[in-house]
Amino acid sequence: MSDSFSQFAQEFSNWAIPVIFFLILGFGAIKRVRVYEVFVDGAKEGFNVAVKIIPYLVAILVAIGIFRASGAMDGLIAALSPVLQPLGVPPEVLPMALVRPLSGSGSLGVMSEGLKTYGPDSLIGNMLSTMMGSTETTFYVLAVYFGSVAVRRTRHALPAALLGDLAGLTMAVFICNLVFG
Amino acid sequence: MMNWIWLGLVVIGVAAAAFTGSMDAVTKAAFDAAKTAVELCIGLIGIMALWLGMMRVAEEAGLVQLLAKAVRPIMRKLFPDVPPDHPAMGSMLANIAANLLGLGNSATALGLKAMQDLQSLNKGSDAASNAMVIFMAINATAITLVPATVIGLRVAAGSAHPTSIIGTTLISCGTAAVVAVTSAKLLQRTKFYRGEKSHE
Repeated sequence: MSDSFSQFAQEFSNWAIPVIFFLILGFGAIKRVRVYEVFVDGAKEGFNVAVKIIPYLVAILVAIGIFRASGAMDGLIAALSPVLQPLGVPPEVLPMALVRPLSGSGSLGVMSEGLKTYGPDSLIGNMLSTMMGSTETTFYVLAVYFGSVAVRRTRHALPAALLGDLAGLTMAVFICNLVFG
Repeated sequence: MMNWIWLGLVVIGVAAAAFTGSMDAVTKAAFDAAKTAVELCIGLIGIMALWLGMMRVAEEAGLVQLLAKAVRPIMRKLFPDVPPDHPAMGSMLANIAANLLGLGNSATALGLKAMQDLQSLNKGSDAASNAMVIFMAINATAITLVPATVIGLRVAAGSAHPTSIIGTTLISCGTAAVVAVTSAKLLQRTKFYRGEKSHE
């Protein structure tokens, strides 16, 4: 049953975007919008938006890259692990909790490695999968979104998003212990 | 806050590298990351142009406004500072819908369109508006109905129940979204962050 569902999910993703194109352009044509001219006019901003993000993304990705490669991240994990273990956080999932908000490719790596080592249907495997989906790569999203409009003072965006991450990751550990434990 | 975190990551990283003797790895990581950042942005150009074009057509046809009207009460509660008929409402909605459907890159492109619309209300300031922060809080948690990437990786790892984590994931990211939005709403009232806005 779950197999057919994952097939359905796959099929759904395949259809979604072409159907959206069809609906937008079809609706536009009915409303007598000059679709080609209007599309091109809108699309020409794409380059500027993408290029504007570069300095913001370089800044944050370099800082995170240095932090991870230096061994500081491993040190942090080793220091936190004995504190969190009594609270029901298995030390195996701690790298995921710390990497998730910082790096998308990093957390995907942590997850696939964990699935291989502990098995995808183990408690750890389920917990890693749930944590992966419980939040986005906060620092990346922040850099890209604010960078695209040249906003440098992000005010309370980072604290609010990080509190969300913390809540999501904590809930993932709690609910997985409950459901799969 | 971003200043301190950024400084902390670099300074602590370099100091730690001195202890662990991984200076060469740190140099390489820094240059690799800079290159990756540019590649990510360049990769975004095409899909950004595609969605900006599609959204312009959808706007001219009145499709975005039609969708925005359907969920107006929720959007007004979330974004009281944005006029209900402003294009930002439509593009934020398109972004949230794309996230729910799990359309990764397209959701990002639509989100950036929404940020441009929000910035037009923010008078081009270099400080984030309250609406931007709420919108960010929603995007930083990215609620997806079906976490397709995770399911795909589970299938690849030989899982017998690849979709078993859908329920737990929804509960977790729902919690994250509620906490992030609530924190944003509470923090925007504090003296510290209100002050930062008026310092133009």
